[in-house]
Amino acid sequence: MSQQLLREITQPFMKSDLPEMTSGDTVAVHAKIVEGGKERIQIFEGVVLKVQGAGVAKTVTVRKVFQGVGVERTFLIHSPRVARFEVKRRGKVRRARIYYFRQRRGKSARIREIQQTKKA
Amino acid sequence: MPSTAVGLIGKKIGMTHVFDESGNSVPVTVIQAGPCPVVQVKTEENDGYTAIQVGHESIAKHKVNKPENGHFKKAGVQPTRRLAEFRISSTDGFDVGSELTVAQFQAGDAINVQGRPIGKGFMGVTKRHHFARGAMSHGSKSHRLPGSIGAGTTPSRVYKGQKMAGRKPNRVSTVKNLQVVSVDTERNLILVKGATPGSNGTVLRITPTGKVMK
Repeated sequence: MSQQLLREITQPFMKSDLPEMTSGDTVAVHAKIVEGGKERIQIFEGVVLKVQGAGVAKTVTVRKVFQGVGVERTFLIHSPRVARFEVKRRGKVRRARIYYFRQRRGKSARIREIQQTKKA
Repeated sequence: MPSTAVGLIGKKIGMTHVFDESGNSVPVTVIQAGPCPVVQVKTEENDGYTAIQVGHESIAKHKVNKPENGHFKKAGVQPTRRLAEFRISSTDGFDVGSELTVAQFQAGDAINVQGRPIGKGFMGVTKRHHFARGAMSHGSKSHRLPGSIGAGTTPSRVYKGQKMAGRKPNRVSTVKNLQVVSVDTERNLILVKGATPGSNGTVLRITPTGKVMK
């Protein structure tokens, strides 16, 4: 009953047009950034390390390597500050949380892509 | 301290978060409050003080005893699970049988919330007073001990108020000046920024402070 109420309250804040994302996927996050009173969109592209939480509190942690430095950002996926998510690549991993990916460099930091089988 | 406004009795539903206009995530506690019927208006002449008695959570007639039933019958309201009083400086404008709802609150209002916190039982000083713990190894045996509780011959006693291990008292606690984030009059809900005492389902007493936050 009470959990139902909480769901109803957060419903208006949730986005309905989000793509499905899981760990291993490569996504481009279009984040809104306010700079000097102006708003612009910054794209943060990387590998999803984990998807955490449920409902309005759901977050994705995205990792990329920028100028040789690993950068991780966690986004509240329902936040109005995130314009949209673009799934670039579906990766094949065996874990829900691929923390081991942080230790990988170069050739080993690759994730096999899930091959979409087209329906005949 | 008698106030000018009467509060409400509510139930903690749970916590979640919502987004504000600028996109910030705001942690909120959802409280289902009221509607609270006015059961009795206490006056200076009759009772020696002025207060408004309200009920919370309507229940069937057969669930309350006879004397209480008579009390509710006199007011002409459905029996309620619990009664509460709000001291007030003037009883003008409060009629027995009328209902108080969350409509009196607005987003931005500051409110005080009272309730019984979650009981933690007998706690050591580390948990109860956030003492730092000693080393867990290197021969140390002072893991979670309180350490010294005072000097020796002078004053040859332990000062009052010395922080020690003990039970968390089963006592009502108040959180002051919580900000109302939004009000849902349809479902009798108040969304309050931050946490309130108790677990989900705890009965809370909400009083307006008359202040508005920004």
